[in-house]
Amino acid sequence: MGGPVWSVAEGRPYGAYRRLADGLRAYRMIAGMWIRSTMAYRLSFAMTMFGNFAGTVLDFVAIMLMFSQVDELGGYTLPEVAFLYGLASTSFGLVDLAVGSMDRLGRRVRDGTLDTLLVRPAPVLAQVAADRFALRRLGRVTQGALVLGYAVAVLDIDWTPLKVLMVPMALFCGGLVFGALFVAGGAFQFVAQDAAEVQNAFTYGGNTLLQYPPTVFAKELVRGVTFVLPLAFVNWLPALYVLGRPYPLDLPAWVAFTPPLVGAGCCVLAGLAWRAGLRSYRSTGS
Amino acid sequence: MDDVDGDGGFIRLDRVEKVFQVRRKTGFLRSERREVRAVDSISFGVARGEMVGYIGPNGAGKSTTIKMLTGILTPSGGRLRVAGIDPSRERTRLAHRIGVVFGQRTTLWWDLPLIDSYRLMHRMYRIPDARYRANLDRCVELLDLGDLLDVPVRQLSLGQRMRGDIAAALLHDPDVLYLDEPTIGLDVISKARVREFLRDLNAERGTTVLLTTHDLQDIEQVCRRVMVIDHGRLMYDGPLAGLHEAGESERTLVVDLARELPPIEAAPARVVKVEGPRQWLAFPASESAAPLVARIAAAYPLVDLSVREPDIEAVIAKMYAERAGEYEGMVS
Repeated sequence: MGGPVWSVAEGRPYGAYRRLADGLRAYRMIAGMWIRSTMAYRLSFAMTMFGNFAGTVLDFVAIMLMFSQVDELGGYTLPEVAFLYGLASTSFGLVDLAVGSMDRLGRRVRDGTLDTLLVRPAPVLAQVAADRFALRRLGRVTQGALVLGYAVAVLDIDWTPLKVLMVPMALFCGGLVFGALFVAGGAFQFVAQDAAEVQNAFTYGGNTLLQYPPTVFAKELVRGVTFVLPLAFVNWLPALYVLGRPYPLDLPAWVAFTPPLVGAGCCVLAGLAWRAGLRSYRSTGS
Repeated sequence: MDDVDGDGGFIRLDRVEKVFQVRRKTGFLRSERREVRAVDSISFGVARGEMVGYIGPNGAGKSTTIKMLTGILTPSGGRLRVAGIDPSRERTRLAHRIGVVFGQRTTLWWDLPLIDSYRLMHRMYRIPDARYRANLDRCVELLDLGDLLDVPVRQLSLGQRMRGDIAAALLHDPDVLYLDEPTIGLDVISKARVREFLRDLNAERGTTVLLTTHDLQDIEQVCRRVMVIDHGRLMYDGPLAGLHEAGESERTLVVDLARELPPIEAAPARVVKVEGPRQWLAFPASESAAPLVARIAAAYPLVDLSVREPDIEAVIAKMYAERAGEYEGMVS
């Protein structure tokens, strides 16, 4: 914390880069331990993985059912909605896989087991993010990728290099924003220790919102989502660009290219929130 | 390098304070802020290789002190150094120098064989292979873990798990070992084993040991020095024997007389209990028993006698009671 310090193990400067490397290393080790722990109960793992996959499939089935009654949803066809849905679901799924256990932090603060992480020579964020790492969350990623694949195959898109580039960028930047939300939510739990549900409302709720075209929702809500929670950048703006659709709120065309900036900004804010949260925990305790 | 303060303190606390803001609900959506001094200006030093017992009732500030010494909590005031390191500022650097055992929170991996937790420590602490193997072999031998290494932690008994936890805290050769209630819930044999191990560790490696406990036998059998804390303040710091004087403790003389008699008169001893021909007399622990026995033998028909050493728990309870009296006196 603060100031240049030296790592005992290596005797090299302990800068931001080393912190990141140490964090990723600790993350890999702890996630690996959790995977092996899960494999102690193989059948249970297979069943929850299937359950996770089936649950998210039902999500999309609900949308398809809607389309069996109407041809368009807010002016969008089924493949177009599938495109939005697939983008959001895949990037959310990847982040949920990576750091989805952040909402357990509140419990660790309450029962005092966070202290056992604080006496280890590894960044706390990495340890908390890898906590209860669950491969079953691959179910959501798989389902999202399948829906996205279906949409890309069916949609008649006039692909340009920029549009092609837009898809991985939207996925990556969406991941940044969702990841930042998870981390900020975790930081919030240092202060309010039973706030897991508040966090879930933002992360899982945000994901649901993004799976539908923006025109379905009221204008005020859309404005709030675009500016207050930059979740729209995750998905809507790049997706609308790819689909060649007009933006809500008459935003200029170039905003489709701002996600990396927004994603990076969100991560910086989340990082600051995390530091503040951890500092507050260490000054007040549980 | 370690004793940078120059006063020989490997662990050094100077007027360390920890103040918590506690919010208490006083009504619907209404709360009251209150300051709680969990640790109130505590100063002490621990030399390298010492074994110190840290005792006090629940909420006295024991755990808060340990948490500050391990870098978990940031002190609100004062100066704190462990091996020359400021724990709260250089938490990860300190982590390589200390081992921590939380009696009620295992750091072992529940569903995995014990050895897997050790392999994680090996990698996480970047312990050189040879040293890891040597330390593991030693812990396995002394803590009798040989048959347990391949057993999932969830199948271990409480005592086995505690031994497993202690080994996990020592694989990286820490200079200081903190143990928070290491014998809580253990059976007599497991307790004895843990205590013996700690003594050996200290003798062979010179590891500094600081333990908190409710079990005074832990202190009697492991620590040469004891610190008593209450209401966030250090009430006693010194050898265990001195605690008796500090607590004005009393020894008990149990006297069997030939027949039932009225209470014996032998100041400064006073009779505390009479049961038929047997009488219990309390006298200050600092007094010698011999002259008292001689006087009683001269004046009464003595059949048998025995001297009982003061119960340290009673001594500490008495200290707390006196202290509590002072606090009440301050308030009123």
